[in-house]
Amino acid sequence: MSMADADIEAADGLLAAESSPLRTAIRQGLSSGPVMLSVGVLAVITLAALLAPLLWTSDPIAIDPATRLRPISPEHWLGTDAFGRDVYSRVMYGARISLLVGLGVTVTAVVFGMIIGIVAGYFRSVDSVIMRFMDGIMAIPGILLAIALVTLSGASLLTVVVAISVPEIPRVVRLVRSVILGVRSEPYVEAAIALGTPAPALLMRHMVPNTVPPLIVQGTFIFASAMLAEAAMSFLGVGLPPEIPSWGNVMAEGRAYFQLLPGLILYPGVLLALTVLAINILGDALRDALDPRMAKRL
Amino acid sequence: MSVHIRSFPRILKHGIAGLALSASLACFALPASAQTLTAVMQSPLRALDPIVSSAAISNTHGYMIYDTLLGMDAEFNVQPQMADRWEVSADGKTYTFFLRDGLKWHDGAPVTAEDCVASIKRWGAVDVMGQSLMGLVTDMTVIDERSFSVTLDVPTNLILEGLAKIGTRTAFMMPKRIAETPASEQITEHVGSGPFRFVSGEFQPGIKVVYEKFDDYVPRSEPASWTAGGKVVKVDRVEWIAMPDALTTVNALLNNEVDFVENLPYDLMPMVESNGDFAVEFLSPLGLWTYYRFNFLHAPFDNQLVRRAAMYAVGQNDILMALTGDPKFFSNCAAIFGCGTPYASDYGADIVIEPNIEKAKELLAEAGYKNEPVVILHPTDNAQVSTQPVVIAAALRAAGFNVDLQSMDWQTLTTRRASKNPPSEGGWSIHTTTGPLIGITNPLINQTVATSGEKAWFGWPDFPEIEALRGEFARTSDPKRLTELSAEIQKKVIDEGVVVPLGQFVIPSGFSTKLSGVLKSPVAIFWNIEKAD
Amino acid sequence: MNAAMPRYIAARLLATIPVMGIVAVVVFSLLRITPGDPAAIIAGDSATSEQLEQIRQSLGLDQPLYIQFPVWLGQVLSGDLGTSLISGVSVSSMISTRFGPTLALSTSIILFSIVVAIPLGVIAAWKQGTLLDRSVSAFSVLGFSMPVFVTAYILVLIFSIMLGWLPVQGYRAPADGLWAFLSRLILPTLALSTAYIALIARITRTSVLEVMGEDYIRTARAKGLRERAVLTRHGLRNAAVPIITVIGLGITNLISGVVVTESVFNLPGLGRLVVEAVLARDYPVIQGLILLFSFIYILINLVVDVLYTLFDPRIRY
Repeated sequence: MSMADADIEAADGLLAAESSPLRTAIRQGLSSGPVMLSVGVLAVITLAALLAPLLWTSDPIAIDPATRLRPISPEHWLGTDAFGRDVYSRVMYGARISLLVGLGVTVTAVVFGMIIGIVAGYFRSVDSVIMRFMDGIMAIPGILLAIALVTLSGASLLTVVVAISVPEIPRVVRLVRSVILGVRSEPYVEAAIALGTPAPALLMRHMVPNTVPPLIVQGTFIFASAMLAEAAMSFLGVGLPPEIPSWGNVMAEGRAYFQLLPGLILYPGVLLALTVLAINILGDALRDALDPRMAKRL
Repeated sequence: MSVHIRSFPRILKHGIAGLALSASLACFALPASAQTLTAVMQSPLRALDPIVSSAAISNTHGYMIYDTLLGMDAEFNVQPQMADRWEVSADGKTYTFFLRDGLKWHDGAPVTAEDCVASIKRWGAVDVMGQSLMGLVTDMTVIDERSFSVTLDVPTNLILEGLAKIGTRTAFMMPKRIAETPASEQITEHVGSGPFRFVSGEFQPGIKVVYEKFDDYVPRSEPASWTAGGKVVKVDRVEWIAMPDALTTVNALLNNEVDFVENLPYDLMPMVESNGDFAVEFLSPLGLWTYYRFNFLHAPFDNQLVRRAAMYAVGQNDILMALTGDPKFFSNCAAIFGCGTPYASDYGADIVIEPNIEKAKELLAEAGYKNEPVVILHPTDNAQVSTQPVVIAAALRAAGFNVDLQSMDWQTLTTRRASKNPPSEGGWSIHTTTGPLIGITNPLINQTVATSGEKAWFGWPDFPEIEALRGEFARTSDPKRLTELSAEIQKKVIDEGVVVPLGQFVIPSGFSTKLSGVLKSPVAIFWNIEKAD
Repeated sequence: MNAAMPRYIAARLLATIPVMGIVAVVVFSLLRITPGDPAAIIAGDSATSEQLEQIRQSLGLDQPLYIQFPVWLGQVLSGDLGTSLISGVSVSSMISTRFGPTLALSTSIILFSIVVAIPLGVIAAWKQGTLLDRSVSAFSVLGFSMPVFVTAYILVLIFSIMLGWLPVQGYRAPADGLWAFLSRLILPTLALSTAYIALIARITRTSVLEVMGEDYIRTARAKGLRERAVLTRHGLRNAAVPIITVIGLGITNLISGVVVTESVFNLPGLGRLVVEAVLARDYPVIQGLILLFSFIYILINLVVDVLYTLFDPRIRY
């Protein structure tokens, strides 16, 4: 199941309890042309990523310096890079890594952001401490934090995911906290508090579900920007180990050859753009359908 | 903490003042006819002390603003530069140097013998050849304002070779007050007696360095050859600009935004060559060598057979193709003192040049390799050293090594390789780098063959026999014996795998045809260059 | 504006102190436990372990952190940010020479993005669901989906190499001539603002749509106001708060955003300085920059909050 399918299902499940007109709106919104197309694009790319070894690829890290920087040929469908590696294989396997980075960052940022945000929003005593700390993280340029984290624990998929996630967390925290604060002041919640409903029940029943719709939208945004951030880090030489094929790495390594072999940048670039585009269209559609008001809380 | 808040508006104010200042300098400080040569150098200049820093760019900076007592010409002959002449005593142990007339520091003070002695001392404290030399020096005496003598305990012309040394940590002359800075601290004042003056007000570390012609410089009358001869400056100003992006650099050259690119990326050369307004030349005739080093302290490379297996596995052609992309830029070479140099020897060519995976597997089995991880350090942000580890990793994997290629930035690597821990605990097994060939031409200046164990360069090989041979080399003056000694060192170094040569390559420089008189030299030099309008 | 405003601003500024304190401590410790030290970059490739250790000592880097931190803090409190460990240039002069290019680039990006994105967003909202709306959305999302360096290379190829209209790289101060200054900003601005245009256009569209559903808009319409007047007089004005929020966020994110752009176009700005300083472990420079960035961050948030009250009289402090 693709990320997009998961999103839709999550959205559906979430809204099952809500009023049916909204549900209908979502159904309609999500069945429009561009949205269907986006779902299709994401499904194909996810499938390609999962099935990369079966799709006539070769070893994406096997080098052959004697045949470097070759144009498209029957042996190398998309040519070779500066190490003589097969670009087609690297791009196909790269889909795995890039989607994994996007997914990893989204999950990390949303999970941690949600927990911290709920704590800050619900337990007023720790709110200002947490928020000052979040302000502190946001005040440090994300790229600086990311480079420091990568050099601290070595370049690997895990570190890169963490390094991109950390600067995203405060934004999620802010969003979740504002939702929680909003819900807290609703009369029915105030009534529930007055009736002595225990905190966990209150949180699970009234508060957490309310954070989900805006988080789905925020999540699509994080997913897309994480894939771009990975490319930017590769460009600066502080991303994933260059041997690992990711779209960012393929582009970063091919950047000097842009005017000679533009394909090195354009093939992964077009795929990246398509993926980001599809995710964004989906996010927009979800936003329009779910609740336009949430934009205010971003 | 509120002071922070006060200090930042001040920065802002400085910033605005800076904007205005740089603008006024650009508009009014120069006469209308001023000639400015703009160059993109191989790496950005940050460390300004060419004695503390062994970086090539700091050395090139040194040749801009400092002068040397002796120079070296294209035939490897030592020639006088600041020195007018020198005399050798009958026993061959005492050298007396006489300075030329009219030498001046950039602050206007005359150059004295005292300044030179202080400069030699500071250089001798850190440079690998300087240290060997200082081991032989028994006395340095200032005779008068313009002459001094150096006495050694054996007759050797090492002193001449040392003072003329090109590459890293050249014996640059500085005023005494500056040369008295400890050799572990960077100098803070940049006053030399060289052909260019450092404009400290316009220095932006990592971005831009500005040099102005030093009007009081008195060039020698001989024609310029490498670092010897007359350093006649024919432009008013040289600006070094750092450009982080290779493609941008080439586009800037093609768009006439810069005049000179020291290090043209190989694969982008065709873009420049195909344009008649630009020339591409290999200015450094010797070029560079690239090599790798084992960690002798830990398994598996504490075992000579395992080292030998790795040496068989890795072939030079794959390394050099990945690095340069075309055989016309590189040559295979097994000589640890560089092919095309006086002490070149080809012992070991059968081991290090062609890959022999079968032989490697055989040796590995014989050595009883227990699949210990081989940690290869891989720098990702430095084009000249980022391809070799990838190719080495592929070759070692093919031979059956358990390879762990670890990527990091160059800065992390330089610290990581100083770690003597086992590879699994933050140490390493193999690291690779490059260096100018001019910096390895004999057993004393090539520090990769120093084998004094823990005090040696990273990798810490410990072979007293090699050290003894180097010691004898320092004390020998007979040319025939020197050749024998260096050949013996080559054999031992290859047999033990002290350092493994990966071959030699040359670097293309690109420049506008508006420039004429660009000289070949192992280090980029900016004298003798004329720029047409 | 109300009478409480100055007091509010003062309180907010006071609240910056703990934030900057946290930032300083976090960054100081994070950097110092990161492997790598400036001695290696000063000494270069051929230095031995022994020489590195000597340089480390002469820089005071062999001292424990609990000694180094107070020393630095004391320096900063007396208004001295120290000097670069590597080049010996003072940190405040390094920051001030790098401030101009980044300020110029950021300003031009933000202005350009606002000028393009807000009308786009309003039009998309106005014509919601039409082909026009969809193409605006698609265009703005496309702008967000290309890595900046790809966009940059394409722009350079077209406008500098093929057409020869604009310089490839570099920066000139405004005093060097307006065209010299602007011509070097156009391509970097175009390359980076696509992402910001996408962001601002999206939020504008959403906010306007949201506002247009409110009762007072219906009232305005019922009163017979023309659609365009409704849109600009009521819609946009009331949609301003989220738009300002996003613009504010965009500005605070710009430092990370400009790093790649500054590298491709060789602009000697703060973004590059950050990366260079971190890679070189030039601690005083990084620490000085962090203080500057957190100050700017706080300042922008403050400005954004104050702007809220101007656009939305319901918000009071």
